[in-house]
Amino acid sequence: MYRSFLIKYAEIAIKGKNRYLFEDALVGQIIHALKKVDGKFRVRKEQGRIYVDTEGEYDYDEVVGALKCVFGIVGICPVVLIEDEGFDRLVEEVLSYVDKVYPDKHFTFKVNARRARKNYPMESMEINAKLGEKILEAFPETRVDVHHPDVVFNVEIRNQINIYSVIVPGPGGMPVGTNGKAMLLLSGGIDSPVAGYMIAKRGVAIDATYFHAPPYTSERAKQKVVDLAKIVARYSGPINLHIVNFTDIQLYIYEQCPHEELTIIMRRYMMKLAEHFAKENKCLGLITGESIGQVASQTMQSLAATNEVCTIPVYRPLIGFDKQEIVEVSEKIGAYETSILPYEDCCTIFVAKHPVTKPSLNVIHNDEKKLEEKIDALMQEAIDTTEVIRIEG
Amino acid sequence: MEAYLDNSATTRCSACAKDLMVRILTEDYGNPSSLHNKGKEAEDYIRTAREQIARTLKIDGRELVFTSGGTESNNMALIGGTLANRRNGRHIITTGIEHASVLAPLDYLKELGYEITYLSVDENGQISLDELREAVREDTVLVSIMMVNNEIGALEPVEAAAKLIKEKNPGTLFHVDAIQAYGKFRIYPKKWGIDLMSVSGHKIHAPKGTGFLYIADKVKVKPVIYGGGQQKGLRSGTENVPGVAALGAAAEEAYEDFESKTERLYALRERLIRGVTEIGGVTVNGRTDRDCAPHIVNISIRDVRSEVMLHSLEEYGIYVSAGSACSSNKPAPSRTLQEIGLPKSAVASAIRISFCAETTEEEVDYAVEKMKEIIPFRRKFVRK
Repeated sequence: MYRSFLIKYAEIAIKGKNRYLFEDALVGQIIHALKKVDGKFRVRKEQGRIYVDTEGEYDYDEVVGALKCVFGIVGICPVVLIEDEGFDRLVEEVLSYVDKVYPDKHFTFKVNARRARKNYPMESMEINAKLGEKILEAFPETRVDVHHPDVVFNVEIRNQINIYSVIVPGPGGMPVGTNGKAMLLLSGGIDSPVAGYMIAKRGVAIDATYFHAPPYTSERAKQKVVDLAKIVARYSGPINLHIVNFTDIQLYIYEQCPHEELTIIMRRYMMKLAEHFAKENKCLGLITGESIGQVASQTMQSLAATNEVCTIPVYRPLIGFDKQEIVEVSEKIGAYETSILPYEDCCTIFVAKHPVTKPSLNVIHNDEKKLEEKIDALMQEAIDTTEVIRIEG
Repeated sequence: MEAYLDNSATTRCSACAKDLMVRILTEDYGNPSSLHNKGKEAEDYIRTAREQIARTLKIDGRELVFTSGGTESNNMALIGGTLANRRNGRHIITTGIEHASVLAPLDYLKELGYEITYLSVDENGQISLDELREAVREDTVLVSIMMVNNEIGALEPVEAAAKLIKEKNPGTLFHVDAIQAYGKFRIYPKKWGIDLMSVSGHKIHAPKGTGFLYIADKVKVKPVIYGGGQQKGLRSGTENVPGVAALGAAAEEAYEDFESKTERLYALRERLIRGVTEIGGVTVNGRTDRDCAPHIVNISIRDVRSEVMLHSLEEYGIYVSAGSACSSNKPAPSRTLQEIGLPKSAVASAIRISFCAETTEEEVDYAVEKMKEIIPFRRKFVRK
């Protein structure tokens, strides 16, 4: 029954002169999200509102599902749009709307009219009162409650008249692309896809780097990361996924450095490689799924040790999250099931029984000297052999 | 070079089975239940397949029910056989090294109140007939023993077991999971006294999605799939005519030149074992003589984890298995290897190499040669 959806956005409306940039980005993201949905859609901007108009057949749940992945949307309102053909006609439309959308009439309501077009002959308060009266008359089981109504019937008088009462919550945040781009270090675990989601939510486009270590990690582990990138891309839009073959570097560190420091040193080189690809792709920062104290390599000291090699900011949106909180977001965005598939990731292959938890930078620097002979060549080879897969959202 | 050495997971469909399937899919595609000639033609393919398989087992073709494969056959035998013979008791015997498609239906029967006894196996994976004799009771409704273990190729004495079970309790049904044995051994279920026997098509060069359950004449089995009453009501659903016909052809092929093929497989097995045991710290799990399956070799490689070995070999086009392919959906230490008493480290470093009649000496030598390169290299990098 709905031919249109009214898209509500809050945060971006306050961005002053940049407002149109944000609105245009949001329109672009909506168009992109609807490309995957069967049907014909038109997205239009009008008087500080964004509408999605539909043409012909479409699946309501599919459209709402796609829009729920678009950052910047606060609410999705399936709306009935009518021409202004006098108040009596409006009453008819509203009654028919109430009847169709609420088969069970045992609810409390209020009418919330807004007169954006000031030449309309009635004032908002008057419209509220009259429409409320008519609804009560037509459906005697309903009751008015202006303080805590079950349903608010919104009637907006604009060039056309909008009638809506259902507001499906959107994901919030800001439209992707309004805040530059960052490079996500994507593993096969639970945390990194959530980290990518959270930064994308702030309007940041995402590229990703994954460290592949055959034969220690399998093609299926790589497939899992591709699948996770697809899930993040549903929200963030297209991702360029860099798949770095890390085996030789890892084995070289294993041979040259103390075993307890393997993970920390390895992560330092991962950060360096990710930063290389970040700069190559005009990313303004790195994103990791680290959270303080979660594992030995995420203590404050370890984070400092990995952070030291980076020259661009490292964003760690999960830094204060408990595992359970991360899992909740992971489930919400649909990544959890994939994340827990049991394939080994390259960080755990050679993990020491007792890795250092308080690495000293001096010690690490000294031990890294043992890598001087070959590490540059190995890094260059890893860069040269990196495979890039474009992941569409 | 490529060496596919994972034939216990699945085999390549044979050319003659494939050609037959294509013909049935594109020309003789009738439904055997249709009354017209095209239906009759389809029915003839099924009849032929029944006869082909029956000849290999020395049974009557009417004693076969075609299924979607080994898992369905095992489910039908265990659940259908047990439920149809409820009056005979509530006790079931099996072994600790069965395939998941036996153990999981038995778990279900356990939920329904059946008591399950799991026979132990020795270090070679073989059961003890004395233990079996002790275990059979008056209320034992069914015994299920695999003929060849899928992971280490252990051969179970099913002929002797059948005799012993029937002596102790003639009412007890005996089911044999022959999925890894069919085509590698001559099996005569009727003569031996086996009541139910499961076979899968894709292990013998027929396509996936094919298989059968042998149900000895007069043995009662309740269907597990209900519908249009095909196959005497035992397995409803339009017959997979192309699959069944291909299975018949593959079965016939499997037993052509049988002795020489088996001899070749044992020789390959011995060649492989000789080669890999030259590398230090490689041990064979299961028997090294010929009292086992000819096509399966399971080895543990000290200090090289199974998956690492598997993926290292894969880089050279050599395909083997870590644990059994069917259980790779949820990696867990192999139950068979634990049951034969292997230490944890040997379980974690076990791989299975399995042949088929097409496997060549060159492939085996190539695999051995690559293992000789890979193993010392990978051993330098162990988790400390």
